[in-house]
Amino acid sequence: MGRFIVRRLLQAIPTVFGILVITFLLTRLSPSDPIALMYANQPEVSPEQLASIREAYGLNDPLPIQFARWVGRVLTLDFGTSFFYHRPVIELLAERIPNSLQLSLAGLLVSVVVGLPLGVIAALNRGRFPDHVIRVLSVGLNAVPDFVLGLLIILFLAINLRWLPAGSMNVVGEQCTFCWDRLWHLAGPVLLAANGGIAALPRFMRAEMLEILSQDYMRTARSKGLAEKVVIARHAFRNALIPIVTIFGGVLTVLVSGSVIIEVVFNWPGLGRLIFDAANAKDYPIVQAAVLLASLLLVISYILRDLAYAWVDPRITLGR
Amino acid sequence: MTAIAVLLVLVVLALSADVLSDHLFRTGFGDIDLPGAFAKPSLEEPRLWFGLDALGRSEVVRMLYGGRVSLFVGVFGSLVALTIGLTVGMTAGYFGGWWDDVAVWMITTIESIPLIYFLIMIGLYFKLDAVSLTVFIGAIAWLGAANLARGQTISLRGRDYVTAARTVGASPGRIILRHIFPNVLPLMVVVLMLAVGGTILAESAISFLGFGIVPPQPSWGNMLSGATQYYFKGPHLIFFPSAAITLTVLCVFLIGDGLRDALDPRLRGSESIARR
Repeated sequence: MGRFIVRRLLQAIPTVFGILVITFLLTRLSPSDPIALMYANQPEVSPEQLASIREAYGLNDPLPIQFARWVGRVLTLDFGTSFFYHRPVIELLAERIPNSLQLSLAGLLVSVVVGLPLGVIAALNRGRFPDHVIRVLSVGLNAVPDFVLGLLIILFLAINLRWLPAGSMNVVGEQCTFCWDRLWHLAGPVLLAANGGIAALPRFMRAEMLEILSQDYMRTARSKGLAEKVVIARHAFRNALIPIVTIFGGVLTVLVSGSVIIEVVFNWPGLGRLIFDAANAKDYPIVQAAVLLASLLLVISYILRDLAYAWVDPRITLGR
Repeated sequence: MTAIAVLLVLVVLALSADVLSDHLFRTGFGDIDLPGAFAKPSLEEPRLWFGLDALGRSEVVRMLYGGRVSLFVGVFGSLVALTIGLTVGMTAGYFGGWWDDVAVWMITTIESIPLIYFLIMIGLYFKLDAVSLTVFIGAIAWLGAANLARGQTISLRGRDYVTAARTVGASPGRIILRHIFPNVLPLMVVVLMLAVGGTILAESAISFLGFGIVPPQPSWGNMLSGATQYYFKGPHLIFFPSAAITLTVLCVFLIGDGLRDALDPRLRGSESIARR
């Protein structure tokens, strides 16, 4: 297992390098000039001064040199200063990450707690009414865009029924991370975050369960007189879980990528909301750093997924 | 079957947006009628069928033009993605070696950048219109197709008929085009349908956030982003674009689902890949 972890971590290095190259190149290829934007509100700065600033920042050096210098700074967690907030970007990111993680992890938890049992129910009632309902539900949820679902949640649960708040993390004046007030504010966004998983998980779980239910050892378990509950829970459900780990990659991607929409719709001050606000304010350093960080989170989640997979199924080895 | 019919109607409506707005609705997508802003849907005049938006523009006409953009980006974005994915996937799978390593590296790298973040960054750095957005989405969304094509090609590469073709001196290009491509194609039809749904969702999401299709050009996504400020005044402005996106994507996924069941049961549930 130790060797597996090390090898998997080494495999992530080229990926991270690729992410760095893409974010760097996109920034450099952009037709807009960061220096001109930085001083957009100070018309007294002359074009000659802008040119010398550009020289001082090393923007006239060859691209590979600029890239190496930039990677060096990124490695020391120096992402520059925000044009808009006038604070180090790393501070702003560090403030937002816990909020995003809280939301994503809660969403993951809800989608697993709701999605897996739905899949089991569908498999046990194959071809009957509950199976059809769950199928329609998951196909339907897959087709509804996140922001539409978010708007519906706000429209009905927050505005019409007044059960939930329409946005933000706490009541004004309240500041807490684990309390009823936060949980109440978390409900709407988590419902939305869990949507992707609730749409995808039941279908996989159903397929896995059906395959396992037809295995010989199921008949053996039944014939030795085990209660049906025990057969399903211990023999079928646990074995069906193993391949499910693989699709967590997809669920995680949806969670991290979808966080922008969720946080914008519910005004949740996480990483997604930060990149949205920063992009609107043309705050380049934050956008670049947020993309890097979100990608890094995804790389880490993929590593964790692979480790979990190796852990539940010892036959897995790295390589093609 | 119903799904195909509904989708066809939507496509025809979107394609005839010009004709319909000239002759039936008698108003363009940008014609402003401020006194009539937020008019509720009514059957009095054709242009009022879906009501008017915040600037008094006819919602039904904007829906037609918006549908044009959404469907264009959806279909052509997926075609671009499929073309890149097939080319990279089949060549990587067939030749192996360093090119395969590079292909796998590109796939894992792009896969690790969350799509919406990626698109926001692109939308911020470049001015996007329907065509450039299509190209960008296609250039990002080819991973699923490439992965499947690569896997399929690797399993086909060792088949006897491919070896036979090679022994009679067929060039690699000919083998890929004439012997491997036709066998990968059925799978790709399914992937294409799922990708169209995923691409329409991606376009609407990025336009909703304001970094995709820029107003005054309507798209279903950016119509919604304007509408969110008017929960109370104009709920119909939220309803129609939402319903249109959901209906379209649902139809596309249902068709993809049907094709998948007909062609290849191994692909179960891969729309979560398309969704990203």
